[in-house]
Amino acid sequence: MNSLPFFPKVPPGTQPQYLHPPYRSSLKRAPTKPLILLAGTVSERTGPIFGHAGVHVNDSDLTAQHEGPPAGERIVVSGTVLDEDGRPVRGALVEVWQANAAGRYRHKLDQHDAPLDANFDGCGRMITDSEGRYKFTSIKPGAYPWGNHHNAWRPAHIHFSLFGAGLLSRLVTQMYFPGDPLLEFDPIYNCVPDEKAKRRLISSFDWEHTTPGFALGYRFDIVLRGRESTPMER
Amino acid sequence: MGPFFSIGLCPDRAGNPVSAVIAAGSKVVSIRGRIRDGDGQAVPDAVLEIWRANDRGEYAGSQDECDAGGVPSGFARIPTNELGEFEFATLKPGPTTGDNGEVHAPHLTVLIFMRGLLRHLVTRIYFSQDSANARDPVLGAVPEGRRATLMAQQIAGNENELRWDVYLQGDTETVFFEA
Repeated sequence: MNSLPFFPKVPPGTQPQYLHPPYRSSLKRAPTKPLILLAGTVSERTGPIFGHAGVHVNDSDLTAQHEGPPAGERIVVSGTVLDEDGRPVRGALVEVWQANAAGRYRHKLDQHDAPLDANFDGCGRMITDSEGRYKFTSIKPGAYPWGNHHNAWRPAHIHFSLFGAGLLSRLVTQMYFPGDPLLEFDPIYNCVPDEKAKRRLISSFDWEHTTPGFALGYRFDIVLRGRESTPMER
Repeated sequence: MGPFFSIGLCPDRAGNPVSAVIAAGSKVVSIRGRIRDGDGQAVPDAVLEIWRANDRGEYAGSQDECDAGGVPSGFARIPTNELGEFEFATLKPGPTTGDNGEVHAPHLTVLIFMRGLLRHLVTRIYFSQDSANARDPVLGAVPEGRRATLMAQQIAGNENELRWDVYLQGDTETVFFEA
């Protein structure tokens, strides 16, 4: 088991606390008793393993899952998944889900009075390549209202779920768009205390993947917890 | 992760890579329970991710082997239903061995995701009747009065039917780990 990755402690302030009162749903769901420290055992430093046979190439094009194209502004989102040593995380499963251009999720509980789009499901998945890169085509999600407080609106965002070198690399996060005026009012975006860490949730406009006559590019790089098992000799 | 994760994480679509089975084999146990919030309300919008070793205490090696093999991977993702309940069948894992040779009692690692959690919870399910629990180093770090929250209990004395409930808050709050 010498090849298992290491998981150093997370730098303070770079991850949200469970209890974040401005986010009302956390009040009755955040743990109230002290967490028990668990030195990464083999159970958390391995896995998870589930195979990649179920991931198909066209799962990464959210605009091509139906007869016609979805309404909205086409985008290409790409980035690199890295570990804490800056090494690419290869073969990582990346799952994404989002609202449509009108700010509506294809979910039975989404009651927002905005149209569904018959040509858009809003979910995709892909495996990072040998350099840790991922890329998908979609449409820019709309902002939408929610019941957290008076006149609350979520900024446009795409949900990301990632698996890395071990269970402790597990990450579920949200990607935002640059220049969104709703960000400063959003309790979820603002749950990360560290200002620099928080800004890493905002993608950047990306000329490299902006495709003439087709789509705007956005870049969102992701660092997962964990580092190589053998520390580099210096 | 918001209330709408199921379109991304639990799509009802063939080939979903994370619908992997964790059952199969002779020693299969069924585990069910319910998740409740601080008001005792059931949580209908949670998802559990389970990771476990096989019955020899070994964790699955690689995604490629899993694709090739047809053996249970040891990972599963289970959403709660509208009553906040979950149920899954799993092979009962064997004891695992730590870095220093210490023996860990059979357990499942559980990650819990839901609206209202800005990061997921980490907990474990142990088997209440297992004699190895007494020497498990992780259980040993948990205050004695809270250990029961990590124990799947037999239903009506049936060793293959277990119950494990999750309490997010309160006197019986489940033990969660900072890993």
